Amino acid sequence: MKAVVVTNLSKVYGKEKTRAVHDVSFSVEKGELFGLIGPDGAGKTSIFRMLTTLLLPDNGTATVDGFDVVKDYRQIRNTVGYMPGKFSLYQDLTVEENLNFFASVFGTSIQENYHLIKDIYIQLEKFKDRRAGKLSGGMKQKLALCCALIHKPTVLFLDEPTTGVDPVSRKEFWEMLKRLKTEGITIVVSTPYMDEASMCDRIALIQMGKIMSIDTPENIVAAYPVPLYAVKADNMFLLLKNLGAYEKTIYSYAYGEYAHASFRNVSDEAEPVKFLNESGLREIEIYQTTPTIEDCFIKLLKN
Amino acid sequence: METVIKTENLTKRFGDFIAANEISFEVYKGEIFGFLGANGAGKTTAMRMLCGLSIPSSGKATIAGYDIYRQTELIKKNIGYMSQKFSLYDDLTILENIQFFGGIYGLSNKQIKDKSESLIEQLGLHQEAKKLVVSLPLGWKQKLSFSVAVLHEPKIVFLDEPTGGVDPVTRRQFWDLIYEAANRGVTIFVTTHYMDEAEYCNRISIMVDGKIEALDTPSHLKKTFAATSMDEVFYQLARGAKRGD
Repeated sequence: MKAVVVTNLSKVYGKEKTRAVHDVSFSVEKGELFGLIGPDGAGKTSIFRMLTTLLLPDNGTATVDGFDVVKDYRQIRNTVGYMPGKFSLYQDLTVEENLNFFASVFGTSIQENYHLIKDIYIQLEKFKDRRAGKLSGGMKQKLALCCALIHKPTVLFLDEPTTGVDPVSRKEFWEMLKRLKTEGITIVVSTPYMDEASMCDRIALIQMGKIMSIDTPENIVAAYPVPLYAVKADNMFLLLKNLGAYEKTIYSYAYGEYAHASFRNVSDEAEPVKFLNESGLREIEIYQTTPTIEDCFIKLLKN
Repeated sequence: METVIKTENLTKRFGDFIAANEISFEVYKGEIFGFLGANGAGKTTAMRMLCGLSIPSSGKATIAGYDIYRQTELIKKNIGYMSQKFSLYDDLTILENIQFFGGIYGLSNKQIKDKSESLIEQLGLHQEAKKLVVSLPLGWKQKLSFSVAVLHEPKIVFLDEPTGGVDPVTRRQFWDLIYEAANRGVTIFVTTHYMDEAEYCNRISIMVDGKIEALDTPSHLKKTFAATSMDEVFYQLARGAKRGD
């Protein structure tokens, strides 16, 4: 049995009938680390809220652990863990009181599943008498993860756990998720950071309520249809302008210290280099590069 | 080169805690300056002082030529500010937001009218001008709030994680706006957690535990730390952080 099955799920909001989620289908295997990758407003939170039975779908169906999100919401609420994007613990309870509260609501104790949260909780322990509202952002995030884990959920839903978090802490957070995966917990996680996609077993790229692509990160990258080049020159501003104006350019955009570009009808990089040279650019450096998930996402957005 | 931000040993203490510890740097006119650091490193504290919102415990600084202790109101008039959290009023229309912020910064009615028209033209928002800001997608909101932050032609604009959560195409369009403003001579002071955006800055500083541990162009920093990416530079520096969160 799959951990999560989503079939033609749709959600519309308000008088203006804003389509938050549009005909979305995917499934998640047991023990899989599955990522929903997309910007704010793509529909990630609406999907999470429907899967955790907090929001009713307008159309389509979904199951978690085989239970229907509408009919069997009670069972689902007992077995899943959910960490919302917005901090939702009790601000006026202490760290320890929050954790105790969530354990007791689910009929368990901190001791029973301590091994699951140990690595994370150790970092919080010295603040255990501090009120949750007084914690720093990173500490709040760690406490929220502990509270979502304390009843040993079968599926853990994490809605943008790393948003606004610096790159070092983000890396640590993903290492924690990998350890949880080894405990057999299925993890569904969303993020707007494209570079985190490679940490997932499979990902869905989502924008405007629709899934644009769904596969392993490796396969999504391998399916990039044309050679992609990284280009550098003495003047980045002019380079981007000229790449944009070149008749053989398919896509071109800034990518860190390089520009990324793809071309139609060129056998190698000599032709674009000649063009750029004639445009007055110097110190041109160009090489074929492996696309990243961000490149794939940009291509899908521009299609 | 004209210096628009100059700090010397700028320090802010909260009780025993030194949030910003003797930071010294200069930022030049028209420069895009990236202000990086881990969560809890002291970026927000430093930025609040530079904006005239928080008085330092010690040290010196001038912003747009004004003293950080005595001329905070003049500083506020000469800077622009936007963040991901506070940008615009959701329950005002796009046009009303432009008028409101124009008024706050003391533009005349004529200036506000001209500015509104050119801004809506530039962003291609004719259809949406009379719609509530709440109905705009995040990327549009952020582009609009940047334009509003530079409406009064400030010498410096402070951007606090302006592109968080924005899709990769809109994120790049946002940086086009930044480049244009910098070309007009506006100084850009920006924080970000996207390391590719650090590469778009002329120079960047990296704060660790309240101190500026590195300050240089992205290419020099990579050389200094023998790193192939800014991500690596950041990781090498911030990994050693003791405090923070």
